[in-house]
Amino acid sequence: MKRSILEVARVIRSKNSGPYELTLDILFKDRKWYELFKNRKIVNEELIAQLYKVKQEEILGIIWFEPVSAVKITIRRPCPSGSPGDTDIYGAQQHAPLLGIEFDAEE
Amino acid sequence: MKEKKHQKEKDKKKKKIISRKPTPRVRETEEMEGRKQRLLNAALDLERRDPKELDRLFPDGFKVLSPTAILGYGFPPESFLRGIERNPQLIAVDGGSTDPGPFYLGSGKSFTNRAFVKRDLRFMLVEGIKRNIPVVIGTAGGSGALPHLEWCKEIILEIAREEGLSFQLGIIPADIPKPVVLKALEEDALKPLPFVPPVNRRAIEESPYIVAQFGVEPIIEAHRRGCEVILCGRCFDPAVFAALPIMLGFDPGLALHMGKILECAAIAATPGSGADCVLGILKGDCFILESLNPARVFTSASTAAHTLYEKSDPYHLYGPGGMINLEQTTFTELGNGRVEVRGSRFEPIQPYTVKLEGARPIGFRTVCLAGVRDPIMIEGIDRILEEVKTQVTSLMEKEGIKGTLYFHLYGKNGVMGSREPNQSSSHELGVLIDAIGETQKDADTLCSVTRSTLLHYGYKGRIATAGNLAFPFSPSDTPMGEVYEFSLYHLMTINSQRLFPLKVEQVGGKK
Repeated sequence: MKRSILEVARVIRSKNSGPYELTLDILFKDRKWYELFKNRKIVNEELIAQLYKVKQEEILGIIWFEPVSAVKITIRRPCPSGSPGDTDIYGAQQHAPLLGIEFDAEE
Repeated sequence: MKEKKHQKEKDKKKKKIISRKPTPRVRETEEMEGRKQRLLNAALDLERRDPKELDRLFPDGFKVLSPTAILGYGFPPESFLRGIERNPQLIAVDGGSTDPGPFYLGSGKSFTNRAFVKRDLRFMLVEGIKRNIPVVIGTAGGSGALPHLEWCKEIILEIAREEGLSFQLGIIPADIPKPVVLKALEEDALKPLPFVPPVNRRAIEESPYIVAQFGVEPIIEAHRRGCEVILCGRCFDPAVFAALPIMLGFDPGLALHMGKILECAAIAATPGSGADCVLGILKGDCFILESLNPARVFTSASTAAHTLYEKSDPYHLYGPGGMINLEQTTFTELGNGRVEVRGSRFEPIQPYTVKLEGARPIGFRTVCLAGVRDPIMIEGIDRILEEVKTQVTSLMEKEGIKGTLYFHLYGKNGVMGSREPNQSSSHELGVLIDAIGETQKDADTLCSVTRSTLLHYGYKGRIATAGNLAFPFSPSDTPMGEVYEFSLYHLMTINSQRLFPLKVEQVGGKK
């Protein structure tokens, strides 16, 4: 049975990290889900590349942050903040593709 | 009554400690350096005091009041006064960000509101001067270049006149002269941050203001000189909170990490707010965070989560001259909405680098917003806009009008553009015509012709032949003025803090 990430995450957000990077945070509701996502590598470079239509070299890093059971993904902005053609100067509304992540809760 | 007196005496003693300028340790360092060389890296050049000695000197800790996340965002007066009642040794506020985009740095304008910057500053200056608490303002006017400094200074002087305040004002500009940046470019001393395209001579020359985020060192210099109010150009956000305690011998890792949280004020509390006050209490081997509004608390989760915010790596926060390492940091709830943070370390990095920021003008913009409700047009919208673009571009070329056309299609992919995964479309669309021309006139022409072409464009399958767009306004087009893009976001190696020359002025009469 597939389950939605919305059942296990308490925060899913995006924001600029400087004008050239977009950083995505997923904070899990508890450690259990953090461990499950981390151990099974549910959030990985291939998934991010596919969700955000970026090449793997445009992914700066995926960092698992234990103190708050969170994973942080930083990718290249499609265009620098505020340059012609930019759609989201603060980068605060780029999280929606993450909301569709599904996972299998069973082993 | 007796107790009160006792408290007052205690306070006096505390003030003595604070006002002891320079502190013995600082004097030693200065003597060693023959007063010729200013600090390059406080973390290396200043000795730290023993944590136990610090706790003896500051039995209640070194208290820093942060009123709001960005100067001009406001705060409840009650929260501020609650903070003042705690007898803080420093009031500091961050004023800036690159988040609002390149326009503000490039144009020299502030993204914060003048009336509210003045309102926030009035609270800080009146209470700070009255109680002998230093007030430090970071990244004046949002971007921290010379016009922003001037703008903020004018507000400070206005308040001083209106309130009859007198004080020593220290001003630290962050503008880097172009010859210095060009020399760094030639010497390969400019390193682009990730995904930043290489910079060339022309981009540097075309950027009206180039600023560097300075660290705690120039602010320490201002504290040493006895400045009661310190107005900073672009600086590392935590520096305004961390400089004074680092000067007094506190651990730079803890001081800067506390500054990193305080610069966002109550954003790290829960419920979070960018417009409320918090208190940071720095001790010999830890710091404590307290909300000054009983409606909010700090939790270990809210505090730790904040280290993720707006940063690419939560364990390593890079800044001028080094990095705050949070690998060993612990967050412990003390009850009553307070959180204690331990284990953050500062690791100096040599050579000392600062982050440069610059923006340059690239044209002028005119926009037009219109709605589309026709399902046949919505079905073919991508093709229609492409055809209109081709037709208009060809017309403009023939007339020698230079410009670039963008469409933001709200209801389809206005927010995510080419990265939008959802291919469905809604029953109505908002079309934002975004025309960028070499001059405002060119941008106006490009926008106008695009609007009229799209309004009457005979697309394939059309049955509504009277007009394709619903305009909410007359006039339909809005000239937006100059457009900027970031031109510099690079690390530059520096050998001296003299790039950030402190200027001290007496405001009002001498006390």
